[in-house]
Parts: sequence; C-alpha cells; structure tokens
Amino acid sequence: MYVAVKGGEAAISNAHRLLADRRRGDRTLPAIGIEQIVAQLGLAVDRVMAEASLYDRALAALAIRQARGDMIEAIFILRAYRTTLPRFGYSVPVETAEMQVERRVSATYKDLPGGQLLGPTFDYTHRLLDPSLLRDEAVEEGLQRDGEIEPVMRVADILSSEGLVEDDGQLPEGHVPGDLTREPLEFPMERDLRLQALARGDEGFLLALGYSTQRGYARTHPFVGEVRIGEVEVELDMPELGFAVSLGRIQVTECQMIAQFKGSAKNPPQFTRGYGLVFGQSERKAMAMSLVDRALRAEEFGEDIVAPAQDEEFVISHADNVQATGFVEHLKLPHYVDFQAELDLVRRMRREYEERNREEPGEDTLEAAQ
Amino acid sequence: MNAVSTELATYNFAYLDEQTKRMIRRAILKAIAIPGYQVPFASREMPMPYGWGTGGVQVTAAILGPDDVLKVIDQGADDTTNAVSIRAFFKKVANMAVTTKTGEATIIQTRHRIPEEKLTAGQTLVYQVPIPEPLRFLEPRETETRKMHALEEYGLMHVKLYEDIARNGHIATTYAYPVKVEGRYVMDPSPTPKFDNPKMHMSEALQLFGAGREKRIYAVPPYTEVVSLDFEDHPFEIQTFDKPCALCGAENVYLDEVVLDDKGGRMFVCSDTDHCEDRRDHGHCGTMLAYDKETAR
Repeated sequence: MYVAVKGGEAAISNAHRLLADRRRGDRTLPAIGIEQIVAQLGLAVDRVMAEASLYDRALAALAIRQARGDMIEAIFILRAYRTTLPRFGYSVPVETAEMQVERRVSATYKDLPGGQLLGPTFDYTHRLLDPSLLRDEAVEEGLQRDGEIEPVMRVADILSSEGLVEDDGQLPEGHVPGDLTREPLEFPMERDLRLQALARGDEGFLLALGYSTQRGYARTHPFVGEVRIGEVEVELDMPELGFAVSLGRIQVTECQMIAQFKGSAKNPPQFTRGYGLVFGQSERKAMAMSLVDRALRAEEFGEDIVAPAQDEEFVISHADNVQATGFVEHLKLPHYVDFQAELDLVRRMRREYEERNREEPGEDTLEAAQ
Repeated sequence: MNAVSTELATYNFAYLDEQTKRMIRRAILKAIAIPGYQVPFASREMPMPYGWGTGGVQVTAAILGPDDVLKVIDQGADDTTNAVSIRAFFKKVANMAVTTKTGEATIIQTRHRIPEEKLTAGQTLVYQVPIPEPLRFLEPRETETRKMHALEEYGLMHVKLYEDIARNGHIATTYAYPVKVEGRYVMDPSPTPKFDNPKMHMSEALQLFGAGREKRIYAVPPYTEVVSLDFEDHPFEIQTFDKPCALCGAENVYLDEVVLDDKGGRMFVCSDTDHCEDRRDHGHCGTMLAYDKETAR
C-alpha cells in the first residue's frame, strides 16, 4: 500500500543532527580550535576570505570548521553572512607600492630595487612527505633581515618610466566603482566589475582558464612582472574630517602580468598588463586572475576573440563557485513533476513509433532506398 | 587575533534588510508594470544554496508582512523536504502564520506547480525560477537574448516549435512551455508542466517570478493574457491522464506516478497534496483508498 512521504521536518532535523555528529567526529579527540585553523591552515582560511569577499580570518576559520573543510561550502557560509552586513563606503585605493612585502619575486628582472624576496613559499620545497609532521616537533623561528626597510618599487613603474608598458589607466572623474554584490550583473562589463568578479571567482576555474591561454587558446605571451605578498593599509575617506583615516592593515597578494602587444593604429607597440589582486596569500589565484584579466581585454586591444578565456559572458557567468555548485547540486532536488511530463511524452512518442512501424512496414526501408 | 563574537548577527524581519527589500520591491513594481519583462535585480546571497529557490525566497521576503499567511509547495506538495525547509525558514525569521491550505494562504511560494484550486484576488503566487530566459537554450548569450526581446524577435522560438512538429508530429516541450504575456513578451513560466499553463491566463491572483542566481524578477499581474505559443494547425494542448487519482478520484488534475513494487506496479496520485487531502476529507475516494479500507477491515 502506498504511504505518502510525510515527516519532512523530522527527517531534516535528524539529518542536521547526524551532520553535527559527523562534523565533531571522534569525541575522544580534542575539537579543533578556530585559533588552530587560523594559525595552521592559514592558506585555506585565505582562500575562503578571498572567494567570500570578506576579510575576517576568525569567521573564515569558523566557516571552514562548520563546513567540515569543504571549501566551497565554507565560502558560501561566509558570503551568506557578508551579505547581511551594512555597507558604509568605499576605501581609498590601496597603495600596493607601499606594501610591507613578505614575498616579492619578479621573473622579468634579475635584480631590482627592493630585491627578490622569496618569503614563505612552497616553490623550492621537495614534495616529500615529512614524517616529522606526524609528531609535534619543535619548529625554528623564521629569520628576519635587519636594517632599513626600503620601499619596494613596482616592476610596472620601472617599465613605465621608459613608456614601454601601458599606464595603470585613469578612471573617469566621478566614477563610482561597481559592486556586483549590490547591482545586477549586466554585460558588457567595465573592467572594475570584471576584476571584482575574478577576485571572488573560483580558484580552480580561473586556474584552468589561465592555463588554457598558455596552451594556445588566446595566447598572450605573459611574463610575471612581479608577484608580491604583504600587508597594505586600508583607508577610508571621512567627509566630515576631509581626510582619509586608516581602518587597519590587510594581507593581499598582487600579481602584475606583463603581456606582449604589437601595437595598433592608436597605440605604439608596448607591453600590456593583466592584473590580479586577492585577499591573503594566494599566488596561484592572483596569477591565474591576471592571465584571465589580460585575456578578457581582447576587445579593448582589437584582438580576435577565439577562445573561452576571452569571452566575458562565458568567463564571468561561470566563475562563481557558489552559484555553480548551487545550480549543479540542485539537480538532486525533486523534479518528478517535470519528469512525469517527460515520461508521458516518451511513452507517447514510443507508442506512435511502434504504431507507425506496425501499420506501414517497409516504408522506412523504402524511403531509405530512395 | 580577533575573538569570534558569539553574537554574529541579528536578522531583520524576513531575513533581508529593509534597503534590500526596497530594492526588490522596486524591481517587482517594474515587473508588474511591464508584464513578462525580466527585470534585473541585485540578488543577494541567501542562506540556502542557489537552485533551492533563492529568487522565490527573496521575492517572498520582500512582499510578506506580519499578517500574511504563507504556503510553500514543491512539486505541488507541502511536505517535500525543500518546501518544509523554506516554510520553516520563514516561520523562523518572520515568525508568521503558515498553512498548507491553498484557500487560506495569502502568499504561496511554489516550485514546479500551480495549485489545482483556483487562486483568487488578493492571493500572490511566487514562483522559483532556475533559468528565467525562455530563449536561453536557443541563444546562450544574454546580450543577444535581451536584444531579441527588445525587438520582439521571437522567430527562433517558433522555428524550434515547428522543428518539433516536423520531427515528432507534435511539440515536444512538456514543461517550461513558453508563453506570450499580454501580446508582447515571450516568458518562461518556470519549469511547471504545461498542464498548468492555462491557469496563468487571466488569473485573479498576482504572479511573481524570482530567479536568484540569474538575478531576474518578472511578473504577471492579475487578469493578464497569458497564451501558450502554438500554431493554428497544431493548437496547444495539455497533458491528460487515463485514470483519475488513485486516492481521491480526482480527474483533470496533474498526477504523479508512484512505483509500488518491482513487478511494474504503478499508481497515479494527485501531485497537489492539499487538493487531494481536501477531496478525501470531503468523502471523495479513489480506487487504492477504497481497496485499502477494505483490506483494513
């Protein structure tokens, strides 16, 4: 006998209870602390902050714990919190030239003002599993260089003194930066909105697109002008005071990708730029972002649009992993009303097909012969 | 490091802040003023995933007041998990009255169905919409489809329907069947079965459509013409079922197929659970219910 499915409420609440149980895991082990996640899984925290567009390490760590380490779920939780926050203004553009760099490398110059600074990088580690990490062995403090802190000149500024690279560009007077979390998305977009979309876009998606440009799908001949990681000051203009006040410092990763440009009727041959800027330490994301940013500027430079990475609607519409995961995963929700309609249609078409074949045997073969 | 505050946030009535509600209401008003036109709106991140009805939830949150009575259905049923979850959400954040009875509700949020009971003036039906653009699967680019709507350039849709007929002898679209609203905009009715399309025509109730991920709101005001696209020689027709509902005996309603065993046993029951229960309460009886009563004796 058919019993209508009832009790959705109880099922949901029991499912949540089981989820909480699985999240906690073995009760004989201490629960992982938010401070531990911030300190020891810092790059995971950084990714969640970057793609949730919310700079708060503790909340990002909480989201990671709540999501059992599922990064996209953690990003989603943090975004759903961010969206409820009031918005009270735009900061003054951060001055990355004045960054207190912890890492800075350039692939275009052997040495340059400020020097090459490796910082805390995986780059030259050998990826051998480290048994010492199975235990909690003492770890040495990092070394600090003494002496004057010299300003670390931006590589783009070195090139632009010769006029060999395009300018940073100026926004028109009175331009209010776009915000796709407050305004509906419309195509074509301005570059400021596009960069915002890329900055909160999925790291994996941008990585794959950036990679595709290197493999010939819209090749841009890129060089890493520089990648720098460090803290910058965030300032807000106070109309009442008439000057900007500091809100604090945040860690960011910036990548200036220098790409070739043959020149056009309007512009002389010079290097062009792709730009990447991400919360926290995420070189992979900043570099991929800068490659995709450059590829998306194809129209601006009169380049042929031939590859996915150059297609603004394609890239921006699909870069958001919270949207993507929602729509892909919603397929598991009930669709039986529509499926019933399709079932009915397929049955009908099948019936018609069989009737046709029964009534007029050989007609198909006759047609085929003609 | 900052200590994590225990009081993260206090939420406004119906979750959304008043500024956001105002923005959504403006979009709704515009949508009502231009029936069938997709109004872009700054969709917010909601505390449920995209695809779970974030558009419908935002529309409902923007229009509901403390005196409203809310009904939520998914696939026509009040007790599907997502309907339960959305109803619980509004009960929690708006502390409001909820119901499963179509007649008692002032706002009905729905996914994939229109209730069987005729909606009346004063009621609002809020649809959850995954892809608001009826032309999307013919033209993937938003820049192009917006142009096509602006120029009333719907030839592509008719060609698609014609090709269906040429290939299959009839139109092979069974749900999300495109309609023309007030003789102007071609509109996606959301993935409701085409069985429900005629209910949209000249409806006394206000019909609002919210697509969260795609950031669009559109509307069909009361007493608006909603015509399913067709051809003179191939008129639009809705699904029919051979048998009445096995539980309440209703005819001319949309039925779900339920698999009873592994020997091909099937039964067909109302997809609208409230309608079915109401009929049974009034003494209507289907074949399976009668059978059940006998065996129970």
